[in-house]
Amino acid sequence: MAGTLTAADATGPMPGSRPDSLWRRVLSDRRILIGGGTLLLVVLVSICTLPFTLRDTPGGTSSADQPNRWYFDSQDENNPRIAPTLHVKQDPYDDKSPYVVATAFIFGTDDLGRSIAGRCLVGGVISLAVGIAAAGISILLGVTIGMIAGFKGGWVDAGLMRTVDILYGLPYLLQVILFKVAFEPNLEKITGSAQAANIIVMFVAIGLVSWLTMARVVRGQVLSLRGQPFVEAARAMGVPEIRIFLRHMLPNLAGPIIVYATLTVPQAVLQESFLSFLGIGVKAPIPSWGSLAKDGLTGALNPQHSEWWRLAFPCALLAMTLLCLNYLGDGLRDVFDPRKEAAKI
Amino acid sequence: MVKFLAGRLIQFPIILAVIYVITFLLAWVAPGSPFQRTERPLAPQVQEQLKRQFHAESWHGFLLYYPPQMLKGNFGPSFNYPGRSVSQILSDGLPVSIALGGLAMSIAITIGVFIGTLAAVFRGRALDWVSLTVALLGVSVPSFVAAAVLRGVFAYHWTIFPLGRWPSGIETRLIGPLGHQFWDTLHASGFTSALSAWAGSFPQYLYAALLPAIALSLLPMAYITRLTRVSMIDVLGSDYVRTARAKGLSRPRVIFKHCLRNAILPVLSYIGPAAAATLVGSFVVETVFQIPGLGQFFVNSVQSRDQTLILGTVMTYSVLLLGLNLLVDVAYGWVDPRISVGGG
Repeated sequence: MAGTLTAADATGPMPGSRPDSLWRRVLSDRRILIGGGTLLLVVLVSICTLPFTLRDTPGGTSSADQPNRWYFDSQDENNPRIAPTLHVKQDPYDDKSPYVVATAFIFGTDDLGRSIAGRCLVGGVISLAVGIAAAGISILLGVTIGMIAGFKGGWVDAGLMRTVDILYGLPYLLQVILFKVAFEPNLEKITGSAQAANIIVMFVAIGLVSWLTMARVVRGQVLSLRGQPFVEAARAMGVPEIRIFLRHMLPNLAGPIIVYATLTVPQAVLQESFLSFLGIGVKAPIPSWGSLAKDGLTGALNPQHSEWWRLAFPCALLAMTLLCLNYLGDGLRDVFDPRKEAAKI
Repeated sequence: MVKFLAGRLIQFPIILAVIYVITFLLAWVAPGSPFQRTERPLAPQVQEQLKRQFHAESWHGFLLYYPPQMLKGNFGPSFNYPGRSVSQILSDGLPVSIALGGLAMSIAITIGVFIGTLAAVFRGRALDWVSLTVALLGVSVPSFVAAAVLRGVFAYHWTIFPLGRWPSGIETRLIGPLGHQFWDTLHASGFTSALSAWAGSFPQYLYAALLPAIALSLLPMAYITRLTRVSMIDVLGSDYVRTARAKGLSRPRVIFKHCLRNAILPVLSYIGPAAAATLVGSFVVETVFQIPGLGQFFVNSVQSRDQTLILGTVMTYSVLLLGLNLLVDVAYGWVDPRISVGGG
């Protein structure tokens, strides 16, 4: 990315641009450091624990007498809900049984006796995957359409941008739900698994409603780049359009694209949680942070015996991650374009 | 200005027509016809009769029948709520959503602009971080959690706010001159008594609607805070601010009188779509607080493929969106005289 900066600098330094290298600026922003670092931690922990958290799901490879299971069907049928603790009795029916350390219960258990910590970790992978898939689709679609609109101009531009305007006018819920209804049964036939079809449709449906802002931003950037001398020079030298496109413009667009992709992830994660609230999100038993929060909501708000942990931990993880993503996105935006930051959401 | 307004107004029917056709396509093509959704299949005669009632014998018949009817205010019967017409549902639900959404947007704009300004003035200091984090927290938890926790804590646990349902008829009183209650009193006993009746009951109704409005305002508030902060930082660095300070104007005066006017522009362009979305109602807040607004009707209609109701709510939303966007464009020219809307 350092190369793109010199390419832009060759046309004369932009007002307000600083002489430091890009990496130094990225690493000196506290929001990027704190947000990115925490985010990396969450991602690494939830991915690295997958072998353990998935081992004990139904159909997994766990054996019955393992004490420290992450996906735990509590043997005590009378009281499967355990408040957060580090010690549980080895045999819940025996008063004299020794206490053992159980990291699985650090966040308590849900109404079926499953470890909230374990489900939070799996849910993190699902939620972040939804977010990243949405960001990926929005990059693919938004950048392609934005670049074509900005580069071609004329009626192509007008047509594409009016389409974007109209799609903005359609409530996204309508698009997501109808997309789901239309494609999920077909996909289920193809993949042969309802769970796989559900997750794939969820990825694509949320991604398909997230690319509009990206297309607008990219188009605006392309329009301003098109008039720059280095593009004119390339064209005068007879460089083919597609090469100008990929070689000269795309690298200069990297900044805004990264920023908006970062800001797409939290929105997608929240949209998935909203769909879970409607009961059409990721299908149980596969958890996502949104569906965990929804499942825990009634139990946590029960005034007689509040199972606060069922809501608090998934929500805290979700909020922390989204906060980090927002910080990261804001920080990156300041670094990538320190002047034009005011014009965008 | 007149030319600009006329140009935009000519575009409206075209955009609305396109949105209508797309919504129709989405609703019609999606599998799961509302005529066949019950477990026991309906008798063919019954289906025929139903389809005739909804003018849905053929897709082009359905597509062409409703637009002229909609202009007359007739949105057809509802598939999902037998016995109620879509126009009835809209006219019951929309005032509720507008009252709640208007209150929420006022809260969001007032507090968002204020916090955003403070954060910009104290950029990089503790106040900046705290205010931004609070604002971001609003968008970092799912809205159903925020609404339910607000209700659980402030209405149930501490009983600061009423826990009960949305009192019926409150929306027409909240929106004052926009509601029929105001006009009824006006016709019966004159303007002053209508005004005093409204002003007298306003605080009480405001109190009843405040908690759901706060829950609804969290999301736009967070965005407005961030937008205000970013554009305020830009404005604070400009020359005329230094000049104003140098000639001895007090800091609050410079910030709130000179800077805010310029810093508010990016916020304005966000407010249009956000207000449209908020005014049409939020499914989550309406569900959690049991408010009979338009949001739940919309979600239910999409989930049950209630085609007439989908079209009715989407068209209402689109009209609101277009109108508010136009209003924002006009406001642009009013806030910043340098921007000539006629040129755009």
